[in-house]
Amino acid sequence: MCLVARYFEAAGVPTVILGSALDIVEHCGVPRFVYSDMPLGNPCGKPFDREMQRAIVAQTVDVLQTADKPRTTVKVPYPFSGDGSWRERYLEVRAGDAARLAKLGAERRAQRQRVRGEGRVRED
Amino acid sequence: MQPQQEYDLSMTSQPVPYMERTRLYYEAQGFEKPYVWAHFDEVPFTPLAKPLQESTLALITTASLYDRALTDVREVASASSTTPPPRLYGNDLSWDKKTTHLDDRSSYLPIEYLTELVADGRIGALSKRFHCAPTEYSQKHTLEVDAPEILRRCREDAVDVALLVPL
Repeated sequence: MCLVARYFEAAGVPTVILGSALDIVEHCGVPRFVYSDMPLGNPCGKPFDREMQRAIVAQTVDVLQTADKPRTTVKVPYPFSGDGSWRERYLEVRAGDAARLAKLGAERRAQRQRVRGEGRVRED
Repeated sequence: MQPQQEYDLSMTSQPVPYMERTRLYYEAQGFEKPYVWAHFDEVPFTPLAKPLQESTLALITTASLYDRALTDVREVASASSTTPPPRLYGNDLSWDKKTTHLDDRSSYLPIEYLTELVADGRIGALSKRFHCAPTEYSQKHTLEVDAPEILRRCREDAVDVALLVPL
């Protein structure tokens, strides 16, 4: 999505990205980014929390006109949940996971081979 | 590198290090070459040509209109902003499936809130279509095929500005 934003901007169309992967977006470098500190999947706010979602979207749209230079990042001040334990779960590698993950990787590589063998273009 | 604009991280914990997590996870799966994340020193920037309250905004998501298999070829898709489907899909994408879900469309496709902002006079209009951007492993494919196609559709709809919401 960062690449699409950059492409639009270079073509003269202002953009703002609303997302939660701060490191990935800033590593790429985009014109305007609103960082929503949610688990990946719900950048507009907690599911069914209409007030939070409405506020995040309104603040995001405002950044289109308030940003005055590229790499503008604005953080919206809404937490997903109190204890923050969700932060550890995404792609977590636990002790004892080695065999399971190695098997998963082998299956993915075999699947890729099959897809390529069928002449399909999907790479991942 | 240009400096980042400052933002307040004191309100919550540190951001999740997604690039590092991804590297370690696929390393544990035996993939030898780590994914190379897109990175640029130069960043384009276009100021608004006219006030937001006179601009037509397009919404772009990484979710899809149907439940794709992991190996399905991904293509740009578009749907009506005035009669959007009740839900979108992302089972083939990377997001935090252990913590959350996509059962509430408004948590990732904010059409209703944008419609309210149009009614309130803060945005000129919402473009008649929203767009689903494929997230490709190939950055070249995104830049040479998908991004131009989404831009072409936005030009057709006389779009002035775009809101991009990746899952």
